[in-house]
Amino acid sequence: MAKTPVTFTLNDAETALFVDPGANLNEVLRRGAGDLTTKHGCGQGTCGACTVLIDGVPHLSCLTLAETVERRRIDTAGGLAGGPNLHALQTAFMEGFAAQCGFCTAGMLMAAKGLLDANPNPTRDEVAEAISGNLCRCTGYEPIIDAILTAAARMQGRAV
Amino acid sequence: MSSIEFRKDLFADERDDTLKEIGKPTIRQDILGHVTGRTPFYDDHQFEGMLHMRAVRSPHHHAQIRSIDTSAAENMPGVRRVATAKDVPVNLNTLLSLINFGRDDEPLCAHDKVRYMGETVAWVIADTERQARDACAAVRVDYSVLPHVLDVEEAIAPSAPVVNEVYPNNTFDYHEKYDHQKLRFGDVNAAFAKADHVIEAEYQMSPIEQAPIETCGAIAAPETNDRFVCHTNTQALFFSLGTTAKLLDMASSRLHFIGGTAGGGFGGKVDSIVEPTAVLGAVLTGRPVRFAWDREEEMQVGAPRGGERWRIKDGVMADGRIVAREFTGFFDSGAYMRLSPYAIVKCTGHLPGPYSIPNVASNVYCVVTNRTPATAMRGFGITAADFAIECHMDRVAEAVGMNPVELRILNAYRDGDMKAHRRLAKNTALIECCQVAAGKAKWAISTDAAAQSSKVGGGGERAAIPESVTDEEGRIGTRRAGQTQGAAPATNSTGRVAAGTAGAATSGAPVQNSDMEIDAERIGHRMGSTPVSAPPVAPSPPVAPTPQAPAPNPAASVPTPPATPTPPPASEPYQPEKPFSRGVNRPGASRFTSGFRRR
Repeated sequence: MAKTPVTFTLNDAETALFVDPGANLNEVLRRGAGDLTTKHGCGQGTCGACTVLIDGVPHLSCLTLAETVERRRIDTAGGLAGGPNLHALQTAFMEGFAAQCGFCTAGMLMAAKGLLDANPNPTRDEVAEAISGNLCRCTGYEPIIDAILTAAARMQGRAV
Repeated sequence: MSSIEFRKDLFADERDDTLKEIGKPTIRQDILGHVTGRTPFYDDHQFEGMLHMRAVRSPHHHAQIRSIDTSAAENMPGVRRVATAKDVPVNLNTLLSLINFGRDDEPLCAHDKVRYMGETVAWVIADTERQARDACAAVRVDYSVLPHVLDVEEAIAPSAPVVNEVYPNNTFDYHEKYDHQKLRFGDVNAAFAKADHVIEAEYQMSPIEQAPIETCGAIAAPETNDRFVCHTNTQALFFSLGTTAKLLDMASSRLHFIGGTAGGGFGGKVDSIVEPTAVLGAVLTGRPVRFAWDREEEMQVGAPRGGERWRIKDGVMADGRIVAREFTGFFDSGAYMRLSPYAIVKCTGHLPGPYSIPNVASNVYCVVTNRTPATAMRGFGITAADFAIECHMDRVAEAVGMNPVELRILNAYRDGDMKAHRRLAKNTALIECCQVAAGKAKWAISTDAAAQSSKVGGGGERAAIPESVTDEEGRIGTRRAGQTQGAAPATNSTGRVAAGTAGAATSGAPVQNSDMEIDAERIGHRMGSTPVSAPPVAPSPPVAPTPQAPAPNPAASVPTPPATPTPPPASEPYQPEKPFSRGVNRPGASRFTSGFRRR
């Protein structure tokens, strides 16, 4: 089968790959681009562990055809920190015990980033809605929602 | 954040008061990796030239395998190897054989018949996962469908099909004699006769899937020193290593297992299936091999918490005192035993719940059905029984017209009470929990109930072990399950001997393993006496299939356990190296038969 060339921006890095027809973005990011920070949980679009931002909007990478991201920008958890400086979401997740096994965390962070980039002052309900496509079996969600609200407040310079 | 309340008044003498971490937020040691996505889960280990392994699975609950045709699959693009049961050197195991519990009853790959939907019948190893999937679909298996059974009580009826020939009665054989695990404490039938109310009900809990976000999987690869490395998300690293060594007949020193990072487990990652499979793939191809369940397999094949059915019968006085409690329980083990028989032993130690009840009887059956085998999940063996017990407490409260919290306080065990499994209760706090919960829920309780304490009123008479009646029901012998009158404890007592002793009053003492010293032969998986020749790393010739263990004749008095190490003869006098710190320490005497009569 002929492979298709795909070029996209992955966390600020220009990336060019040949992909199999029908390959999903999750597989291409992990095995092709070597970005292992995006997880594979179900391959069916039900768990959200593979969530990435495509042009700033959260998408399930397991249900996205790799060929469709041509010339688009993809952000993953691997690009969330700016060098040694963690993103406010990462710090809030660490301090707020918002992860246990850590397998949903990368997708959860990207869903949260997609929300805060579009809506810097979300309500609790809006946070719950934004992560409603991301399953977590460990935390019971409340610490995650707390952490996202904490990060939002800090990014706005508000007291928590 | 939820606040934690410490009731140091209850456990003041249990520990000093120097806890520095409990009760305040702390930062997990592994969280930096989690929030940066850099935590290495098993699937994040990448190997050059890694192959992908997929399983061909049974579409039937129960079927004879007439033949398997892999020729079409072998010729498909990218396929490196198709493997079947004959490629597994020792294709029969039970998970707890590593601690000498139970008989080997489960193949890694089915060869004569399949016993649950989704059971492995073959594997394909190919260059890509998609090629492996396509080739799996091309494996032709000729099945002859057999009648199946999916309900625990239908499975122990005489007409039920035999699911697993290693357990021909469709029940685990406790102590090699009994088709159920017994508990007897006092005389429930005498107490029922005197009780003001007898309240009976049945409770059913369905199987529950642990559903970790990361599915079960492993990557195995040959190492240059004739060993195999295996990256796995198992919750039981050394069980997985030992099981792999046994199934692949390989010295455990040749296995290098790396684990410790699981994307959720909750009990569902203890069954040691993906590790031996991936290592087998690496042995057969000489290449790194990834074997990972997809979500559908995790849900269908991944072992859940097993379903349980409970019948509880309580004898209750008009004032709410529970004087007798009888259980009949059925654990649905699925097609293979794995951890279920052990869970029942654990469960039986937990009965009758956190209550001081002077007469308790229980029969719990570990039943084989054509469902997906069950395994561990958070508190397994306890959770469903507790669900049933607490539902029943509410039912009892309703029957006697009592406040359900006060009923629990009245019957709660207190420090110094004898529990039904012959251990004294200590550090009990159910009364205080009830009082605090009632307060927080603004649920009124009487001043008398509010004044009770776990530290007062226990012990004394309540510390006694009652003389306990037992019955002869439950022996397997010539009995095919279902031929007796019922599964519940018998209403006619037949003697006053200890349960599980076949009528011999004092020979039920546990036989201890005396050889606990460590010598080289005892470390890890022991090989046969013949020198070990290293299996070739390149594709190996097919290994002769391991014959299925002979099916014991159902009519035989005691089925011979296949391939289970012979326990020391029970007739040897019991010689503990060190007396028990509590209880009977006379050689030859069972602490289960001792104790003085309770009024």
